[in-house]
Amino acid sequence: MSTEGARRPLGVLPDSRGIAAPAIPPQTLAGPQSRRGPGWLTLITRRKTTALGALLMLLMLLTGTLAPLIGGDPGYMDVAGRLQAPSRAHWFGTDDVGRDVFSRVVYGARLSLLVGAAVVVFSFAVGVVCGLLAGYYRRLDNPVMRVMDGLMAFPAIVLAIALMAALGASVVNVIVAIGVVYSPRVARVVRGSVLVIRETSYVEAARALGAADLVLMARHVMPNCLSPVIVQASFVFAAAVLTEAALSFLGVGVPPYVPSWGVILAEGRLYIQQAPWLVIYPGVAIMLTIFGLNLFGDGLRDLLDPKIRGLTSERQQT
Amino acid sequence: MKTYIARRLLALVPVALVVATVAFVLMHLAPGDPASVIAGPDASADDVRRIERQLGLDAPLPVQLVRWYGRLVRGDLGDSIFLRKPVTEAILDRVEPTLLLTLCATLLSVAIGVPAGVISARYHNSATDQAFMVAALLGVSIPNFLLGLLLILCFSVWLGWFPVAGYSPLEYGYLKTLRSLVMPAFALGLVQSALIARVTRSSMLDVLREQFITAGRAKGLAERAVVYKHALKNAMIPTVTIIGISFAILISGAVVVEQVFNIPGLGRLIISAVLRRDYPVIQGVVLCIAGVYMLINLAVDLSYIVFDPRVRYQ
Repeated sequence: MSTEGARRPLGVLPDSRGIAAPAIPPQTLAGPQSRRGPGWLTLITRRKTTALGALLMLLMLLTGTLAPLIGGDPGYMDVAGRLQAPSRAHWFGTDDVGRDVFSRVVYGARLSLLVGAAVVVFSFAVGVVCGLLAGYYRRLDNPVMRVMDGLMAFPAIVLAIALMAALGASVVNVIVAIGVVYSPRVARVVRGSVLVIRETSYVEAARALGAADLVLMARHVMPNCLSPVIVQASFVFAAAVLTEAALSFLGVGVPPYVPSWGVILAEGRLYIQQAPWLVIYPGVAIMLTIFGLNLFGDGLRDLLDPKIRGLTSERQQT
Repeated sequence: MKTYIARRLLALVPVALVVATVAFVLMHLAPGDPASVIAGPDASADDVRRIERQLGLDAPLPVQLVRWYGRLVRGDLGDSIFLRKPVTEAILDRVEPTLLLTLCATLLSVAIGVPAGVISARYHNSATDQAFMVAALLGVSIPNFLLGLLLILCFSVWLGWFPVAGYSPLEYGYLKTLRSLVMPAFALGLVQSALIARVTRSSMLDVLREQFITAGRAKGLAERAVVYKHALKNAMIPTVTIIGISFAILISGAVVVEQVFNIPGLGRLIISAVLRRDYPVIQGVVLCIAGVYMLINLAVDLSYIVFDPRVRYQ
């Protein structure tokens, strides 16, 4: 990932070139069952992989939010006990200045959670507004989308590095940089569905009744274009976690004193021969997190696939 | 067809313009102006002013922007602040390892991903299929730099098969270069192969449901011929797209992987430039990679003409 890549998580976010992301056939959801509308929990747990994804996400959420209760002080240095192998006192060993790796990994989950969530909020706020405006007002379509195309012409990680170079190292700047990278991708998806929804008869009806543009967009267009976008949330989250780790690993992300999985890995790289645990534990944490998000995202996409959206919206009405 | 190509080329212009502008704006967003970075901490205000004038930084922003476009058209990316040479030269010095690494990784990801996807689709829903797809999902969950570190740990530290890091330039022999690129290429390409496998599989599955496949089977063709000749050829369109995009993505991924393996490519160049606030170099590398990215995407689009006759007649 590179982080897309950073690698871009699979087959989501359509590309700037207007190449449609390859369609992946909905693999689950026999139609008639979902018509009756089982609860969300049932839908999620019906497929084992989705349930596993949800479980991993829950694990990360708990670790992140309860970090102070689970881990010790991630910044406490015990230089005498540096580079110690995992033991009962230090489950994941200690690093080159004697900090407890377990605490650092736990706090790293907190940072990843924060960055992931903040990037999702940021890119959705910017992306949804831009997408709505571009899709709704034809005059704005060209200028807004050309800027988005231009931003998407940069590979994600390269643009993020350049933004970090301009903004300087801090947690907030990491969020802004990654947010800027992913907003155009959200905007694209939103614009696509707005273009369709704008032409529907219920929007026309609302307009005929004299609804103002803003009301129309907020009450009728936006809610109906959200479901394909929401699917993107878990992928944007995963991409954000990956990109943050990559940036921090490269030394251009969060400042070095912030416990981040990327920072731990960057330090671990230097001591890989003496202290492999510095690489293994944060590595496993990243993998499980991204794996969980991808599993969950895949499940969610199949549930909310635009192709079967008819079913979903029917369910919402009943 | 000609109009299609012309249209695609024309569509590139506004994007390129935005890209150039973004690169320009980015570096003007940066805290601390380049002039004082060049002049150093002890320079007087007059010195800074003089350097500003030399670099044309005292002109109004729009004027600077227009000059920037002009220089770009001439292929001039400015001079590096620290390396004391033109940025284009600095980039050319570093381009070999990055390109080779990307190329190896792309080949590797295709060599693994396409067969895996085809087999998965042929034995749809079998244990093999599911194992492949879980592996692929695991694959996309490992960031390339992490995979690189794990490979180093496994094959260099524990088994001692490969050098821990470093790069041997082509001039010291192809085999040495290849050997130094094996692990980086795996780290970079494996993730992409997972993506390629997933795309190939789903596109194969779509094609296998088509009528001409049923017709082929009905006329008694061997299953092998149906799958590998008729279906594969038709299923390759999305795959070719993703291979092209892979190459583009992998170039940017190489930026990260180079750091893991200490490969002196474009990635190391841009990271050291960021740490030294060498803005012209950052700008140059970013533009260079974005340019390649755009051109590859254009090539992918144009390749449809070859692979998909339907585009030709539009």
